[in-house]
Amino acid sequence: MELDVVELSRLQFALTAMYHFLFVPLTLGLSVLVAIMETVYVMTDRPIWRQMTKFWGLLFGINFVLGVATGITMEFQFGMNWSYYSHYVGDVFGAPLAIEGLMAFFLEATFVGLFFFGWDKLSKVQHMVVAWLVAIGSNFSALWILIANGWMQHPVGAEFNPDTMRMEMTSFYEVLFNTVAQAKFVHTVSAGYVTASVFVLGVSALYLLQNKHKDLARRSIAVASSFGLAAAFSVVVLGDESGYDTGQSQKMKMAAIEAMWETEPAPASFTLIGFPDQEARETHYAVEIPYVMGLIGTRSLTEPIPGIDQLVAENETRIRDGIIAYDALMTIRDQRTDAPQSARDTFEQHSEHLGYALLLKRYVDDPREATDAQIVQAANDTVPGVFEIFWAFRIMVGCGFLFIGVMIFFFVRTSFYRMRFPRWSLYAAVAIIPAPWIAAEMGWIVAEYGRQPWTVDGVLPTALSASHLSVGDLLISLAGFITFYTILFIVEVGLMVKYIRKGPHEDVEETEAWMIRHERRLRATGEPDGLAPSTTPAE
Amino acid sequence: MVLNELIDYDTLRVIWWALLGILLIGFAVTDGFDMGVGALLPFVAHNDTERRVVINTVGPVWEGNQVWFILGGGAIFAAWPPLYAVSFSGFYLAMFMVLAALIVRPVAFKYRSKRDDPRWRTTWDWALFASGAVPTLLFGVAVGNVLLGVPFHLTPDLRSMYDGSTFGKLFGLLRPFALLSGIVSLSMLVMLGAAWLGVKTEGEISARARRIGTVAGMIAAGGYLLAGLWLAFGIDGYHLVSAFVPDAPSNPLASEVAREGSWLAAYAVRPWIVIAPIMGFAGIALCVLGLRANREVTTLLAGQVGVMGIIASVGLTMFPFILPSTVDPHSSLTVWDASSSHKTLFIMLVSTVIFLPMILLYTSWVYKVLWGKVTEDDVTGSGHSY
Repeated sequence: MELDVVELSRLQFALTAMYHFLFVPLTLGLSVLVAIMETVYVMTDRPIWRQMTKFWGLLFGINFVLGVATGITMEFQFGMNWSYYSHYVGDVFGAPLAIEGLMAFFLEATFVGLFFFGWDKLSKVQHMVVAWLVAIGSNFSALWILIANGWMQHPVGAEFNPDTMRMEMTSFYEVLFNTVAQAKFVHTVSAGYVTASVFVLGVSALYLLQNKHKDLARRSIAVASSFGLAAAFSVVVLGDESGYDTGQSQKMKMAAIEAMWETEPAPASFTLIGFPDQEARETHYAVEIPYVMGLIGTRSLTEPIPGIDQLVAENETRIRDGIIAYDALMTIRDQRTDAPQSARDTFEQHSEHLGYALLLKRYVDDPREATDAQIVQAANDTVPGVFEIFWAFRIMVGCGFLFIGVMIFFFVRTSFYRMRFPRWSLYAAVAIIPAPWIAAEMGWIVAEYGRQPWTVDGVLPTALSASHLSVGDLLISLAGFITFYTILFIVEVGLMVKYIRKGPHEDVEETEAWMIRHERRLRATGEPDGLAPSTTPAE
Repeated sequence: MVLNELIDYDTLRVIWWALLGILLIGFAVTDGFDMGVGALLPFVAHNDTERRVVINTVGPVWEGNQVWFILGGGAIFAAWPPLYAVSFSGFYLAMFMVLAALIVRPVAFKYRSKRDDPRWRTTWDWALFASGAVPTLLFGVAVGNVLLGVPFHLTPDLRSMYDGSTFGKLFGLLRPFALLSGIVSLSMLVMLGAAWLGVKTEGEISARARRIGTVAGMIAAGGYLLAGLWLAFGIDGYHLVSAFVPDAPSNPLASEVAREGSWLAAYAVRPWIVIAPIMGFAGIALCVLGLRANREVTTLLAGQVGVMGIIASVGLTMFPFILPSTVDPHSSLTVWDASSSHKTLFIMLVSTVIFLPMILLYTSWVYKVLWGKVTEDDVTGSGHSY
């Protein structure tokens, strides 16, 4: 592949975004789990729960900081590397990003400091509230980012303004309640909860295998498996597919996920596995399950799902329509306020497909001069890489079902088998720790790689979005990011391992103070000793 | 009725211009002091315990403070998309360096004291120093370049083209006036960092910080004065030639701009803006006096007022220009032609009016909870500090 600025910018964005998302899901989920643990502590006053809050909170902190550090890169990269994108859609896309800062990020960043430094300065309830504010901040943060991302997948509530040469917001309400964004939010946040649950489960299983910190480990498994079970169901049932039937590229994405080259009569069958071949436009060695795809995709037995070939043909018509809009736009651009009303009327009628004409800019400077062959080529460009998407989706879904299985198992053992876990299951719990990260990264490949060739679906092609930079600029920044990020990753994992090895910090004073309080309570109520103190502090 | 019609487009643009200034000032007076503390770290603390004391003075608050910067970035994106598009891509490698510093900084805070190895700690200490000093210097350089104008032009499709090769663009930023601005920025924030250490530490550390802070404050005031004279006699300003159309669509190419006269002509048109440089000088003077007299909180506040005055004076002097272009003045970005749409500005204003007061409230509460000196006993005794 030849080095060009667009491809290098894409590579850099993909690397930094996927790296950022190594830390985000654990932050989302662990913040909530820690808040739950601290709530139990406040309600029961048992020091073991305080110890758990502190231990998992410490791991949360190590992870959180890298999420923050790498998140800054994301916000700045739009302007640095995607300058034309920033101009073109900043009016719509910038708003949720800025509101994220105002409403969510400020909250979590301000209180996360107090969470770690405020143990001796706040009352128990105050500190618990701080923990919840951090969790709420993180989750709201995800909401606004996914509203912004959802708009790239399904740009509603905006239209092109020929006087400013950019997209402008027409309805904030539509941007906010974009169905794709909402589906993405639920799906992504649930995925974060699953990630944290699998992490807590895995680390706790490791402790049980090593015969260490058993009180902490058992209770952590109880929390993680019940929370994780609900989340694992939510992530699959409320999966992203609920949003796929809305937008146009979402249709293309769904066809790519299923490697469905031709429109099938309803209800379509689901290709379980196969080897999609983009050149030949067919899927080799496909194993199909009848009816299932039609049900997933349309929730009906009669509605057909469009195949890739049909969508390409539709896009060709859109490109031709878009050229009419482009022609009118050039008149308005050059004559400004003096442009004839007829040009404005023509633009109004065809502006919906302006973005499709811009696909031709890869081949000609002026889309009006495009040949038929170039139009066909541009229409073919609207098919993303089917093989990658097909498999990324299947790996993600496979992981999703695995998590449901694991969570059910541990939940049942916790609830009905007095927390006795067979050793093989503990080994399995440790072994699957990386799986949620793999699933999450695969999910982003489906979502973002599947959106190509667009940055904003049907509105702005990726090839036009990049900044006016040199290959040298990109090589320097790319090398810098790879170096920094590799070092930070090694440092982060090293610290995680160190603190997991070290285990929870035993606060002897705290435990003794609790024993005195506990005995006083028992004397006051005169009840027999229901909670045996000897089992409460960690061994 | 359309809600956003409640406020005129031009009024909203001025409000957002002011809010941009407020966010930058918010960043400079909060994150500014903890970056200043980072830059002071090797000079005020001579052993590991002292360094931990210094780091822990900002330990609980730097994270929230840094959000001012992130929020500033977000607000530029949402309210001034052309500014975001032109400046972030134009200053590419400089932005990358700032970014690198902002990535390393959180990690350095969090990870530094998690291992006992002295080499590990020394490495992170240098990271904290660099991530405090480099961005503060670069921010000043950037402001200097904005006053000088930068070499970009917009195509008819409003794509931003920034002239120069990879390194040409980076070193092109280091013009003498811009370097002077960088020194003003670095020294004023070092002064602020010293004032913060005066509040939060005692004994030797506080004394060293106050000594360095006094010098830094004097450099800042001298540099600021020099920059003002330079602007008066050596640098051309810009002004808007075409008629002012308050609710024109945001298209920077629609207006005519000429490069002539001086930026300081603004003080003849709007004499009241002289209050900003007065605040700048007076704030710094009081801060320096306070550092010498060891007055704690008033010193910090005076320093913050000084920083506020200096930043505000740049914006007020340039109004309505935001980013002038040297190669094609016609492309220059101004308050009247580089904003978001009427609707977006209104929605963003509503969100700000709701959330900014809440942010100020809970931030002050956090500061109140964490009030008090950080001592050597604090960092050696407690398991929660950095």
